[in-house]
Amino acid sequence: MNRFFGFVKKEFQHIFRDKRTLLILFGLPIVMIVLFGYVVTTEISDVEVGIWDRSMDQTSIQATQKIFSSGYFVPAGYLEREEEIGELFHSGNAKVVVVFEAGFEKNLKRDNRASIRLITDASDANSAQLAQTYLQGVLMSYFQSINQDVRLPWTVNVESRMYYNEELKGVYMFVPGLMALILMLISALMTSVTITREKEFGTMELLLASPLKPREIILGKVTPYVFLSFVNALTIILLGFLVFKVPVVGSIWLLLLVCMLYITLALSLGVLISTSAKTQQVAMFMSLLGLMLPTILLSGFIFPIDNMPRILQWLTHIMPPRWFIVIVKNIMLKGTGLAHIWKESLILLGMTLFFILAAVKRFNIRLK
Amino acid sequence: MRILLTLLTKEFKQIFRNKVMIPIIFVVPVVQMILLTYAASLEMKGIQMVVVDQDLSQASRLLVSGFSGSPFFDLVHSTTSYPEAESMLTSDRADVILHIQNDFEKRLYVEQQTDLQFIINAINATEAGLINAYSTQIVQEYNSQIRAEWFGLNDSGGMKLEIKPSYWYNPLLDYKIYMFTGILVILVTLIGMILTALNLVREKEMGTTEQINVTPIRKYQFIVAKLLPFWIIALFELAFGLLVGKLLYDLPMVGSLGLLFLFTCVYILVVLGIGLFLSTISNTQQQLMFVVFFFMLTFILMSGVFTPAESMPNWAQKINLVNPAAYFMRVIRMILLKGSEFRDISREFFSLLVYAILILSLAVTNYRKTT
Amino acid sequence: MTGANGHIIEVKDLVKKFGSFVANDRLTFHVEKGEIFGFLGANGAGKTTAMRILCGLSYPSSGDIMVAGHDVYNEREKIKRKIGYMSQKFSLYDDLSVSENIRLYAGIYGLGRKQIASREDQLLERLGLTNIRKRLIREIPLGWKQKLAFSVAIFHKPAIVFLDEPTGGVDPITRRQFWEMIHDATLEGITVFVTTHYMDEAEYCDRVSIMVEGRIEALDTPAGLKQSYESKNMNEVFLKLART
Repeated sequence: MNRFFGFVKKEFQHIFRDKRTLLILFGLPIVMIVLFGYVVTTEISDVEVGIWDRSMDQTSIQATQKIFSSGYFVPAGYLEREEEIGELFHSGNAKVVVVFEAGFEKNLKRDNRASIRLITDASDANSAQLAQTYLQGVLMSYFQSINQDVRLPWTVNVESRMYYNEELKGVYMFVPGLMALILMLISALMTSVTITREKEFGTMELLLASPLKPREIILGKVTPYVFLSFVNALTIILLGFLVFKVPVVGSIWLLLLVCMLYITLALSLGVLISTSAKTQQVAMFMSLLGLMLPTILLSGFIFPIDNMPRILQWLTHIMPPRWFIVIVKNIMLKGTGLAHIWKESLILLGMTLFFILAAVKRFNIRLK
Repeated sequence: MRILLTLLTKEFKQIFRNKVMIPIIFVVPVVQMILLTYAASLEMKGIQMVVVDQDLSQASRLLVSGFSGSPFFDLVHSTTSYPEAESMLTSDRADVILHIQNDFEKRLYVEQQTDLQFIINAINATEAGLINAYSTQIVQEYNSQIRAEWFGLNDSGGMKLEIKPSYWYNPLLDYKIYMFTGILVILVTLIGMILTALNLVREKEMGTTEQINVTPIRKYQFIVAKLLPFWIIALFELAFGLLVGKLLYDLPMVGSLGLLFLFTCVYILVVLGIGLFLSTISNTQQQLMFVVFFFMLTFILMSGVFTPAESMPNWAQKINLVNPAAYFMRVIRMILLKGSEFRDISREFFSLLVYAILILSLAVTNYRKTT
Repeated sequence: MTGANGHIIEVKDLVKKFGSFVANDRLTFHVEKGEIFGFLGANGAGKTTAMRILCGLSYPSSGDIMVAGHDVYNEREKIKRKIGYMSQKFSLYDDLSVSENIRLYAGIYGLGRKQIASREDQLLERLGLTNIRKRLIREIPLGWKQKLAFSVAIFHKPAIVFLDEPTGGVDPITRRQFWEMIHDATLEGITVFVTTHYMDEAEYCDRVSIMVEGRIEALDTPAGLKQSYESKNMNEVFLKLART
């Protein structure tokens, strides 16, 4: 037992002496949360809008003011000719051009109808749609307000309630995904690299020749990363809560338990990779490409699974992060207990056991 | 000159003998290009709605038909039990509940106004916003319809506003193209930064640097020999990516490809410089890998690969001034999708040029100091 | 190429300090053209430091040093072109083949293509490696690597070849064969400057210097040293010196 602890201590020392890697290991979750919380939003803001007002009457001017006071849009200049639209888009100085037809107010008063063209640079289709939707909303509500002298009867009032995320914070989506990503990164990537490192430097043979049993070696290598990952999981939850007010509605213990399960899974994957990789480089790339990429793309982290083509949706079923994210979202944001997530938890448990067995088996084979 | 050629021969041989290299240059990009572009869609389709209609009147049925007839909504279930609907929301079998109470129609006739509720799963805030917008729009149309048809009130007692949207450069609103350009940026950056840095540290770890120092090889020759291969490979990767894009997705190439490649040449210089610099401050491959990975991830996320850089908060946009990927992301989309010309991207071009000179000087100076 | 008196290396009062630690303390010696000069000493005595200065790998703190007719302070690039070097780690690229390594270093030293081709064939034949010219370095045994590394170091026929502990880790027969190669090199006019801590190898040198704690404590032919220190072999000489 003593020699096992001695070994674990050595592993800890290795890690803590490498200040740079340590900095990144702890700094990464923090930076990621900030990035996803503030930077990577699918919302739009400060969209540059050019105005071509062919009427310049009171209504069109007021409508323009309303657009820029909505908080989503900023002015990008006033146009006078059709050609300027293309120029504006080409130079990237505006995303939308609003065109008020000539005689706007006059048409409204006389014919009761007038038109506005909303021309968007749709090279970014997503923002283009959002910009259109919001612009339309602003304009429509402005017109309803000037219509309001006539209070229409037989109105259907709409009340919308936002469940789980009343203030519509973008970051709610990301915290569970970030946990899946970072825990996978630290546990799997680091474990695979550290084991492969010993192989590359030849010290693995030394270890195997020592009284340490193979399973002790693996456990020893893996233990520090269990702690690190756990600390990171806590950091993410804490940061999410303190900085972005992302709550933990359900049981924190259940949440931590699931995290431990996921960490174990990621660690086994790391060990599995290390049995196939000959050098550190190979281990790194296998982890990054085999684990990181699918985690980001196919786990429902950023891109909703429902939108993917059938084949990919089917593929996501074998991605552990996918199940983990569902469980975390349920516990953290909806506050559900085991009753709702037993299916996903069972799947995750099954996967974990499978990977542990596979890793152990492969490791023993490698030894022979 | 001859020394340079000799070194380059060695570098290329070593690169291609490295077993991870070939899959990274060819296989990974293709897989990424396919997976990412198909997976990465943020559009809204098939919003899953469960209807709690406790009124079951003509009015309520008409409203519901407005939703079932809409291409945006998928009516997955209809019930009179609110708790049942709520549990569907909780278990993610529905995105939104339409709740119509049992006095819906009555109130319309008696009080001349009535209410209904949408309960939306707002974990994905943007989605929720759009769901709200679409639902409200349908209700408004319904409202106008019943005012006109049932109560004879012509809505055009008020003014009617016609809004005509038009989408330039991408009339079909194809998300894939946008995503694809992002991937091209990622690929070029990956090769330029990570592979270069790894290669440099590997030399350090192998211990052959001392042997090199004794020979007549000048430092600048050594550095050029280390960087040039990846510069070439990165450019090749861009070409390869463009080809795949054209074949698989009919990627538009509205602007000048020559201009794009010119810009990319400068971009890769910046990225190589960063990779070189990072390798001078790392001792082991493991360390370097993490530092480089960290920078790359941050640069790429902040560059606007998934979401527009203009929508980021001010402080983030300031950081983007030193984020070369942000420049590249912008320019590649401008050239490929809009056909922007040199004068449109001249600001970005010259900024990157200055950046390249600065970072390469810094990196080379540091390299000299540490070897 | 040589100094006024036929010396190919001339060192006067070489001092190298690292902070306050004096690694080389006013070394003064010379190396004759065409000789095998052994630079001996225990680990940490300062021999590697001194050798690196002679190769142009580091700057001396002070002293006059001339290598192959050039001054070590101002003409390092010229020195590098005229010397060869082989270090403990052998410095051949593991993932390149025998032939590719030869061509790499030949190209670096500016040999023309035809020159390289003919010399390469000769070399491979002499070493008996013709059949495995395409094999990667990591796949050939240590003894062959060592001989190949030396051959590569003198491929461009330098004036001086510096060998830093070249025979580590191989059996005595291979070591002996290696020293035969060294001897053959001097027949072609190449001066050999070699550091080692195998005292029996010192017997193969023309002259030997022994460093103790940064200073040269003895400099003479092996025979001369054995006489002066009343020893049967160089091992004894060294032990006697180290004790004082």
